[in-house]
Amino acid sequence: MIMTFALRASRTASALALAGAVVLAAAAGCSSGSGSGSGGAPAAASSGAASSAAALSGTVTVFAAASLTGTFTKLGKDFEAAHPGVTVKFNFGGSDSLAAGIVSGAPADVFAAASTTTMNTVTKAGDAAGTPTVFVKNQLEIAVPPGDPKGIKTLSDLTKPGIKVALCATTVPCGAAAVKAEAAGDVKITPVTLETDVKAALTKVELGEVDAALVYQTDVKAAGGKVQGVDFTEAAKAINTYPIVVLKDAPNATAAQAFVAFVLSAHGRDVLDAAGFQNP
Amino acid sequence: MPGRTPSLRPRTGRAEGPRRGPSPTATRRVPLALLLPALLGVVFLTLPLIGLLVRTPWSDLTAQLRGTQVLQALRLSLITASLATALSLVLGVPLAWLLARARFPGRRLLRALITVPLVLPPVVGGVALLLALGRRGILGQYLDSWFGITLPFTTAGVVLAEAFVAMPFLVLSVEGALRAADPRFEDAAATLGASGWTTFRRVTLPLIAPGVAAGAVLAWARALGEFGATITFAGNFPGTTQTMPLAVYLALQDDPQAAIVLSLILLAVSITVLAALRERWMTTA
Repeated sequence: MIMTFALRASRTASALALAGAVVLAAAAGCSSGSGSGSGGAPAAASSGAASSAAALSGTVTVFAAASLTGTFTKLGKDFEAAHPGVTVKFNFGGSDSLAAGIVSGAPADVFAAASTTTMNTVTKAGDAAGTPTVFVKNQLEIAVPPGDPKGIKTLSDLTKPGIKVALCATTVPCGAAAVKAEAAGDVKITPVTLETDVKAALTKVELGEVDAALVYQTDVKAAGGKVQGVDFTEAAKAINTYPIVVLKDAPNATAAQAFVAFVLSAHGRDVLDAAGFQNP
Repeated sequence: MPGRTPSLRPRTGRAEGPRRGPSPTATRRVPLALLLPALLGVVFLTLPLIGLLVRTPWSDLTAQLRGTQVLQALRLSLITASLATALSLVLGVPLAWLLARARFPGRRLLRALITVPLVLPPVVGGVALLLALGRRGILGQYLDSWFGITLPFTTAGVVLAEAFVAMPFLVLSVEGALRAADPRFEDAAATLGASGWTTFRRVTLPLIAPGVAAGAVLAWARALGEFGATITFAGNFPGTTQTMPLAVYLALQDDPQAAIVLSLILLAVSITVLAALRERWMTTA
């Protein structure tokens, strides 16, 4: 009798968890179903993505680095407008966890990583169709709250006592770049936290929980006035290149190729430039 | 009246005696409509564990265990989960008593509010904690400016995040126990002159001890596995805030084999502790 309430409580919780899992499974089944449906029409594959918009259909699932969140969301909408039959779905996250997901069989069509290292995880596992194309470069910047209350001007300012710094974990590209920048400037930063992707590190600055974070220039720009960027000289030695590739087991390879071509097109270039990405 | 009533010590067995019906001696036939879903449920719950065991690189196990980072994370996990449970007991048992025994307007609303962390995604809980106790949070800004205390990115922050998620389990379980306990013992204590606090300490608490133990174990287990609120509120840094679930998640990106080993270690430790506790405390249930 005494235990029943506890049991009932935990049972309710697990029932909720199960309901969530069912919804997720349904969503996954839905996306892969529509993807394979369009994959069954490979005749349209080589008809050219630019002119024959009607040839594309289904869903394109794009796994993209967290730092591409703003630009790719926009490019996805533009792509959908250009190809009315296609839906673009994004999974933004740390490039390392996305790569791990792809290697263990996540049903993705396109992978856009924030470093060649994380892309290599996918190509080495034989999961990429063809060679990845580098489409942008990105440079680190120190993000500080507006007005730079702690007066941070250089990378070595981050080592001062009392300055709370958020870095990315070294497995994530922004964390790997931070390690390179530290080596270039011969400084050793002791962060208070190692975040799992660049947006999480930026959020900690926006919320005022840390005094500074090492993020990309594009993230500072995307945050608008919520943070301020401080350029530092060592950043030039820690530039990340972003490769993009269609995946070998892409459920919707035709539309996936068209999307990659769209990112590499002049319009894609404009959108990425406007966000502060550098040409490769 | 002084609150000294030495002979007021009812035993749990006697308290429950008259409520319990005769135990079914003959084994009842299990209806198929119950048996099949039950078996499916067992498979659903145990298959992932079997997957973990099958894929474990047993040869790496000792090497992983010797890694300082793993022991550090494991130690931190055990300490923070225990502290979070202690905090939940100190605050949660009185709260459960209030919900079960006191009469005041808005009691149902209060109970609903307390169970919110159960349905809240833990990451959202972490964000909410930041907004309340972060450096610019509604309470946190004063903690910072008046006392120089900042909770995010500290081990104390981990304990708070875990307690936030785990305490509702304890409160619900203790409240259930309180409702099941016979209030006549408390009434008797009161007529014999015991104060409210003495009654609670000498009569109520011994009565509901198994319920408190069950709630504490649930809360401890929930705290040990806590991920979302911890990584959001307390961040991730080895030694201070990187608990085992965080270490597992990060290892999964880099070295899935190591992640499996870490998961297994956490699983083994938690099952060992729970089994030991069950043996000791929960046999009456």
